[in-house]
Amino acid sequence: MKISAIITLKKDVLDPQGKVIHQTLDGMGFKDVNEVRQGKYFEIDVKENDPNKAKGMVEDMCKKLLANLVIENYKIIETQ
Amino acid sequence: MKSSVITFPGSNCDRDMDVALKKFGFKNKMVWHNDIELPKSDLVVLPGGFSYGDYLRCGSMASKSKIMQSVINFAKSGGLVMGVCNGFQILVETGLVPGVLLRNKYLEFICKNVFIKIDNKDNPYFKNLDKDIFEFHIAHNEGNYFCTKDQLKEIEDNNQVAIYYCNNQGKTEDEFNPNGSIKNIAGIFNKEKNVLGMMPHPERMIDQSLSGEDGSLFFKNLINNIK
Repeated sequence: MKISAIITLKKDVLDPQGKVIHQTLDGMGFKDVNEVRQGKYFEIDVKENDPNKAKGMVEDMCKKLLANLVIENYKIIETQ
Repeated sequence: MKSSVITFPGSNCDRDMDVALKKFGFKNKMVWHNDIELPKSDLVVLPGGFSYGDYLRCGSMASKSKIMQSVINFAKSGGLVMGVCNGFQILVETGLVPGVLLRNKYLEFICKNVFIKIDNKDNPYFKNLDKDIFEFHIAHNEGNYFCTKDQLKEIEDNNQVAIYYCNNQGKTEDEFNPNGSIKNIAGIFNKEKNVLGMMPHPERMIDQSLSGEDGSLFFKNLINNIK
Protein backbone atom coordinates (compact mmCIF):
# COMPACT_ATOMS: atom_id res chain seq x y z
CA MET A 1 0.00 0.00 0.00
CA LYS A 2 1.01 3.59 -0.49
CA ILE A 3 1.95 5.74 2.45
CA SER A 4 2.93 9.38 2.22
CA ALA A 5 5.23 11.34 4.48
CA ILE A 6 5.42 15.10 4.68
CA ILE A 7 8.59 16.59 6.13
CA THR A 8 8.47 20.20 7.29
CA LEU A 9 11.00 22.46 8.95
CA LYS A 10 10.40 23.13 12.63
CA LYS A 11 8.98 26.50 13.55
CA ASP A 12 12.19 28.13 14.79
CA VAL A 13 14.36 26.97 11.88
CA LEU A 14 15.13 29.61 9.27
CA ASP A 15 13.75 28.76 5.83
CA PRO A 16 15.42 31.14 3.36
CA GLN A 17 13.91 29.35 0.34
CA GLY A 18 10.42 29.76 1.75
CA LYS A 19 11.18 33.46 2.30
CA VAL A 20 12.29 33.97 -1.29
CA ILE A 21 9.23 32.13 -2.58
CA HIS A 22 7.07 34.38 -0.41
CA GLN A 23 8.77 37.50 -1.81
CA THR A 24 8.34 36.26 -5.37
CA LEU A 25 4.66 35.47 -4.81
CA ASP A 26 4.30 38.96 -3.37
CA GLY A 27 5.96 40.44 -6.46
CA MET A 28 3.55 38.48 -8.67
CA GLY A 29 0.60 40.07 -6.95
CA PHE A 30 -0.24 37.45 -4.32
CA LYS A 31 -0.40 40.03 -1.56
CA ASP A 32 -2.34 38.06 1.04
CA VAL A 33 0.35 35.61 2.07
CA ASN A 34 1.52 35.56 5.69
CA GLU A 35 4.34 33.08 5.35
CA VAL A 36 5.70 30.31 3.09
CA ARG A 37 7.53 27.29 4.47
CA GLN A 38 9.02 24.80 2.04
CA GLY A 39 9.05 21.08 2.85
CA LYS A 40 9.38 17.63 1.29
CA TYR A 41 6.79 15.06 0.26
CA PHE A 42 7.43 11.33 -0.13
CA GLU A 43 5.18 8.64 -1.60
CA ILE A 44 6.31 5.23 -0.47
CA ASP A 45 4.81 2.02 -1.80
CA VAL A 46 5.43 -0.68 0.81
CA LYS A 47 4.86 -4.44 0.65
CA GLU A 48 2.57 -4.36 3.65
CA ASN A 49 -1.20 -4.20 3.54
CA ASP A 50 -1.94 -3.57 7.20
CA PRO A 51 -2.28 0.23 7.41
CA ASN A 52 -0.94 0.48 10.94
CA LYS A 53 2.09 -1.68 10.21
CA ALA A 54 2.73 0.19 6.96
CA LYS A 55 2.56 3.53 8.73
CA GLY A 56 4.87 2.19 11.41
CA MET A 57 7.43 1.23 8.78
CA VAL A 58 7.33 4.67 7.19
CA GLU A 59 7.55 6.31 10.59
CA ASP A 60 10.71 4.31 11.25
CA MET A 61 12.07 5.48 7.86
CA CYS A 62 11.30 9.09 8.77
CA LYS A 63 13.14 8.80 12.08
CA LYS A 64 16.16 7.04 10.63
CA LEU A 65 16.62 8.73 7.25
CA LEU A 66 13.89 10.84 5.69
CA ALA A 67 13.81 13.54 8.38
CA ASN A 68 16.51 15.08 10.51
CA LEU A 69 14.71 15.51 13.80
CA VAL A 70 16.96 18.36 14.92
CA ILE A 71 15.32 20.62 12.35
CA GLU A 72 12.39 18.76 10.83
CA ASN A 73 9.01 17.30 11.75
CA TYR A 74 7.23 14.55 9.86
CA LYS A 75 3.62 13.67 9.28
CA ILE A 76 2.45 10.34 7.89
CA ILE A 77 -0.61 9.98 5.70
CA GLU A 78 -2.22 6.82 4.32
CA THR A 79 -2.89 7.50 0.66
CA GLN A 80 -4.27 4.20 -0.62
CA MET B 1 51.28 7.63 10.89
CA LYS B 2 48.47 6.02 8.94
CA SER B 3 45.43 7.80 7.61
CA SER B 4 42.39 6.77 5.59
CA VAL B 5 40.33 9.01 3.33
CA ILE B 6 36.84 7.70 2.54
CA THR B 7 35.63 8.21 -1.02
CA PHE B 8 31.87 8.37 -1.50
CA PRO B 9 30.18 8.63 -4.89
CA GLY B 10 30.35 12.38 -5.48
CA SER B 11 33.31 13.14 -3.21
CA ASN B 12 35.60 15.58 -5.00
CA CYS B 13 38.15 16.71 -2.40
CA ASP B 14 39.30 13.19 -1.59
CA ARG B 15 42.40 13.36 -3.78
CA ASP B 16 43.29 16.86 -2.54
CA MET B 17 43.12 15.49 0.99
CA ASP B 18 45.27 12.51 -0.04
CA VAL B 19 47.91 14.89 -1.47
CA ALA B 20 47.86 17.05 1.66
CA LEU B 21 48.13 14.13 4.10
CA LYS B 22 51.00 12.55 2.15
CA LYS B 23 52.82 15.86 1.83
CA PHE B 24 53.08 16.10 5.60
CA GLY B 25 54.06 12.51 6.24
CA PHE B 26 50.90 10.43 6.56
CA LYS B 27 50.78 7.03 4.88
CA ASN B 28 47.35 7.48 3.40
CA LYS B 29 44.94 4.92 1.98
CA MET B 30 41.85 5.70 -0.04
CA VAL B 31 38.85 3.69 1.16
CA TRP B 32 35.73 3.10 -0.93
CA HIS B 33 32.36 3.74 0.72
CA ASN B 34 31.15 0.21 -0.03
CA ASP B 35 34.03 -1.39 1.88
CA ILE B 36 33.16 -2.78 5.26
CA GLU B 37 36.53 -2.82 7.01
CA LEU B 38 38.55 0.25 7.79
CA PRO B 39 42.31 -0.18 7.32
CA LYS B 40 44.36 0.32 10.48
CA SER B 41 44.40 4.10 10.85
CA ASP B 42 45.52 6.83 13.23
CA LEU B 43 43.22 9.28 11.46
CA VAL B 44 40.13 8.87 9.28
CA VAL B 45 39.08 11.74 7.03
CA LEU B 46 35.68 12.28 5.43
CA PRO B 47 36.45 14.60 2.53
CA GLY B 48 34.54 17.40 0.87
CA GLY B 49 32.35 17.08 -2.19
CA PHE B 50 28.76 16.27 -3.01
CA SER B 51 28.28 12.71 -1.80
CA TYR B 52 25.24 11.09 -3.41
CA GLY B 53 24.56 14.35 -5.23
CA ASP B 54 23.47 15.98 -1.95
CA TYR B 55 20.17 14.11 -2.35
CA LEU B 56 17.63 14.35 0.49
CA ARG B 57 19.94 16.32 2.81
CA CYS B 58 23.67 16.86 2.33
CA GLY B 59 25.53 13.93 3.84
CA SER B 60 22.41 11.96 4.77
CA MET B 61 22.93 9.08 2.33
CA ALA B 62 26.67 8.87 2.90
CA SER B 63 26.10 8.67 6.65
CA LYS B 64 24.29 5.34 6.07
CA SER B 65 26.86 3.83 3.69
CA LYS B 66 28.58 0.54 4.57
CA ILE B 67 31.96 1.92 5.63
CA MET B 68 30.37 4.42 8.00
CA GLN B 69 29.48 1.79 10.57
CA SER B 70 33.22 1.03 10.89
CA VAL B 71 34.00 4.76 11.00
CA ILE B 72 31.39 5.27 13.75
CA ASN B 73 32.83 2.35 15.75
CA PHE B 74 36.34 3.73 15.25
CA ALA B 75 35.21 7.16 16.51
CA LYS B 76 33.37 5.66 19.47
CA SER B 77 36.51 3.78 20.48
CA GLY B 78 38.40 7.09 20.57
CA GLY B 79 39.88 7.13 17.05
CA LEU B 80 40.45 10.48 15.34
CA VAL B 81 37.83 11.25 12.70
CA MET B 82 37.88 14.54 10.82
CA GLY B 83 35.16 15.65 8.41
CA VAL B 84 35.74 18.60 6.12
CA CYS B 85 32.88 20.39 4.33
CA ASN B 86 30.69 17.55 3.00
CA GLY B 87 32.57 15.39 5.51
CA PHE B 88 31.24 17.68 8.27
CA GLN B 89 27.74 17.34 6.83
CA ILE B 90 28.14 13.53 6.92
CA LEU B 91 29.35 13.69 10.55
CA VAL B 92 26.31 15.65 11.72
CA GLU B 93 24.04 13.17 9.94
CA THR B 94 25.69 10.27 11.81
CA GLY B 95 25.14 12.12 15.07
CA LEU B 96 28.84 11.91 15.96
CA VAL B 97 28.87 15.69 16.29
CA PRO B 98 25.79 17.71 17.31
CA GLY B 99 23.72 20.08 15.16
CA VAL B 100 22.97 20.32 11.44
CA LEU B 101 24.17 22.33 8.44
CA LEU B 102 21.41 24.29 6.76
CA ARG B 103 21.35 26.10 3.44
CA ASN B 104 23.48 29.27 3.55
CA LYS B 105 21.51 32.20 4.87
CA TYR B 106 21.68 34.26 1.65
CA LEU B 107 21.03 31.24 -0.61
CA GLU B 108 24.32 31.56 -2.44
CA PHE B 109 27.11 29.08 -2.97
CA ILE B 110 30.11 30.62 -1.20
CA CYS B 111 33.59 29.99 -2.56
CA LYS B 112 36.26 32.22 -1.03
CA ASN B 113 39.01 32.52 1.53
CA VAL B 114 37.92 33.35 5.05
CA PHE B 115 39.63 33.99 8.34
CA ILE B 116 38.95 31.55 11.11
CA LYS B 117 39.74 31.57 14.79
CA ILE B 118 41.06 28.52 16.58
CA ASP B 119 41.52 29.17 20.28
CA ASN B 120 40.27 25.85 21.63
CA LYS B 121 43.52 23.90 21.77
CA ASP B 122 42.97 21.29 24.42
CA ASN B 123 42.54 18.55 21.80
CA PRO B 124 44.67 16.41 19.45
CA TYR B 125 43.89 18.54 16.39
CA PHE B 126 44.95 21.99 17.53
CA LYS B 127 47.23 21.36 20.51
CA ASN B 128 50.54 23.23 20.06
CA LEU B 129 49.34 25.49 17.22
CA ASP B 130 51.21 28.73 17.90
CA LYS B 131 48.67 31.12 16.43
CA ASP B 132 44.91 31.62 16.62
CA ILE B 133 43.90 33.22 13.33
CA PHE B 134 44.16 31.30 10.08
CA GLU B 135 43.16 31.88 6.49
CA PHE B 136 41.35 28.86 5.08
CA HIS B 137 39.13 28.34 2.04
CA ILE B 138 35.41 27.63 2.13
CA ALA B 139 33.27 26.33 -0.74
CA HIS B 140 29.76 25.31 0.21
CA ASN B 141 26.05 25.80 -0.24
CA GLU B 142 24.97 24.26 3.08
CA GLY B 143 27.34 25.48 5.78
CA ASN B 144 24.91 27.37 7.98
CA TYR B 145 25.48 25.67 11.32
CA PHE B 146 22.34 25.28 13.40
CA CYS B 147 21.49 23.53 16.63
CA THR B 148 18.78 23.81 19.27
CA LYS B 149 19.19 26.13 22.24
CA ASP B 150 19.71 23.17 24.54
CA GLN B 151 22.35 21.72 22.23
CA LEU B 152 24.11 25.08 22.01
CA LYS B 153 24.27 25.32 25.77
CA GLU B 154 25.71 21.82 25.98
CA ILE B 155 28.21 22.53 23.20
CA GLU B 156 29.42 25.68 24.92
CA ASP B 157 29.46 24.12 28.38
CA ASN B 158 31.63 21.30 27.05
CA ASN B 159 33.88 23.63 25.08
CA GLN B 160 32.99 21.86 21.82
CA VAL B 161 33.19 24.82 19.44
CA ALA B 162 36.35 24.13 17.45
CA ILE B 163 36.46 26.98 14.94
CA TYR B 164 34.80 30.39 14.49
CA TYR B 165 34.52 32.59 11.40
CA CYS B 166 36.22 35.92 12.10
CA ASN B 167 38.11 38.80 10.49
CA ASN B 168 41.88 39.08 10.20
CA GLN B 169 41.97 40.45 13.76
CA GLY B 170 40.06 37.48 15.16
CA LYS B 171 36.85 39.44 15.72
CA THR B 172 33.82 37.16 15.54
CA GLU B 173 31.08 39.74 14.86
CA ASP B 174 28.11 38.92 12.67
CA GLU B 175 29.53 40.84 9.70
CA PHE B 176 32.34 38.25 9.44
CA ASN B 177 29.87 35.39 9.31
CA PRO B 178 29.71 34.18 5.69
CA ASN B 179 26.75 31.80 5.88
CA GLY B 180 24.53 32.58 8.88
CA SER B 181 25.96 29.96 11.24
CA ILE B 182 24.90 30.28 14.88
CA LYS B 183 27.61 32.16 16.81
CA ASN B 184 29.89 32.15 13.72
CA ILE B 185 30.55 28.45 14.25
CA ALA B 186 32.71 26.95 11.48
CA GLY B 187 33.72 23.73 13.24
CA ILE B 188 32.55 21.52 16.10
CA PHE B 189 34.01 18.70 18.18
CA ASN B 190 32.22 15.79 19.77
CA LYS B 191 32.29 15.77 23.57
CA GLU B 192 35.49 13.72 23.72
CA LYS B 193 37.18 15.93 21.07
CA ASN B 194 38.39 13.03 18.94
CA VAL B 195 35.84 13.84 16.22
CA LEU B 196 36.13 17.17 14.40
CA GLY B 197 33.76 18.54 11.76
CA MET B 198 34.59 21.76 9.95
CA MET B 199 33.44 23.62 6.86
CA PRO B 200 36.81 25.25 5.96
CA HIS B 201 39.25 23.27 3.80
CA PRO B 202 42.77 23.04 5.26
CA GLU B 203 43.84 20.85 2.32
CA ARG B 204 43.40 23.81 -0.03
CA MET B 205 46.01 25.84 1.83
CA ILE B 206 49.15 23.77 1.55
CA ASP B 207 51.08 25.46 -1.23
CA GLN B 208 52.38 29.03 -1.17
CA SER B 209 52.34 29.29 -4.95
CA LEU B 210 48.69 28.23 -5.21
CA SER B 211 47.05 29.49 -2.06
CA GLY B 212 48.56 30.02 1.34
CA GLU B 213 50.37 28.00 3.94
CA ASP B 214 47.93 28.01 6.85
CA GLY B 215 46.77 24.50 5.97
CA SER B 216 50.41 23.36 6.06
CA LEU B 217 50.68 24.64 9.64
CA PHE B 218 47.58 22.65 10.54
CA PHE B 219 48.74 19.35 8.97
CA LYS B 220 52.34 19.61 10.24
CA ASN B 221 51.03 20.22 13.73
CA LEU B 222 48.45 17.42 13.45
CA ILE B 223 50.96 14.74 12.51
CA ASN B 224 53.29 15.85 15.30
CA ASN B 225 50.41 15.65 17.78
CA ILE B 226 49.50 12.13 16.68
CA LYS B 227 53.09 10.75 16.69
